[in-house]
Amino acid sequence: MQYIKYLFVGVFFGIVLVKSEAVSWYRIFEMFQFQSFHMYGIIGSAVGLGALGVWILKKTGAKNIEGKPIVLPAKEKSFVRYILGGTIFGLGWALAGACPGPMYILLGTGAFSVGLVLLAAIAGTFVYGLLRTKLPH
Amino acid sequence: MDFLLRPWPWYVSGPLIAIVMFALIYFGKTFGMSSNLRTLCTVGGAGKYSDFFRFDWKAQRWNLIVVLGAVLGGYIAVTFLSDGTPIALSPAAIHDLETLGFVDPGSTLLPAEIYGWENIFSLKGMGILMIGGFLVGFGTRYAGGCTSGHAITGLSNLQLPSLIAVIGFFIGGLFMTHFLLPLIFG
Repeated sequence: MQYIKYLFVGVFFGIVLVKSEAVSWYRIFEMFQFQSFHMYGIIGSAVGLGALGVWILKKTGAKNIEGKPIVLPAKEKSFVRYILGGTIFGLGWALAGACPGPMYILLGTGAFSVGLVLLAAIAGTFVYGLLRTKLPH
Repeated sequence: MDFLLRPWPWYVSGPLIAIVMFALIYFGKTFGMSSNLRTLCTVGGAGKYSDFFRFDWKAQRWNLIVVLGAVLGGYIAVTFLSDGTPIALSPAAIHDLETLGFVDPGSTLLPAEIYGWENIFSLKGMGILMIGGFLVGFGTRYAGGCTSGHAITGLSNLQLPSLIAVIGFFIGGLFMTHFLLPLIFG
């Protein structure tokens, strides 16, 4: 039962991403062509509100559901892995038109061919795991 | 209730995504969808091949439940919360897509030219989906996060690494959209 809340968060997330059309290949294409404000509005307003909220949480020392102070893990400092990994991710994002969240959500919309993208993404993660120690980070 | 069935504007959707992030923060977790790809590798036995996959995946069960919910959410959204309104793409995007050979852009969530079964069973069609997916899976783990982990959570937490990753997302995305897609579909 402790997991039911995560199911609700997932359902909510899935509905929002379909209704916002952020799961659409076309919207990703349009975003990278700078031809519509739509995707920038979604990400921008999420980050704007997110940054404000995180700042308030830190300022007020808010506690989470377990009564522990809220901490957002800091990302490890580096440049190479973020710029290279990010660029590789971006190439795939613009080609398949789906990032990891939408891959699952699209399956639910009945677009089963996305399963192929998801399997390939799992394979990509696996190969990264194999090559990790040989890659510059 | 009509407004629920029509596409939701960005100023509704964006804040709702922030709520997803805050809900997970409140539950003591962080919003990151790509971590599930690594978890799925571990569940599938990838720990035999790399210690990157040797971790207690059961601690990540909550995130797999989020994924399960997301699949369900996708089903609910198209089955009960849609009136079939086409995507209101900008005229410029429609023009560019038609030039690339896409028929009726925006009439469905995904273009049949890429996701239709008749294309998937061609070498080129399968290649597009497999290469696209592979790059996403490889890149996201290399960069340590995807759109949810870096662009939403990382930027909200003012993390410089996330800004660098998002700049990378755009370098790759712009190169694909402006130089490679015209070669693939032109």
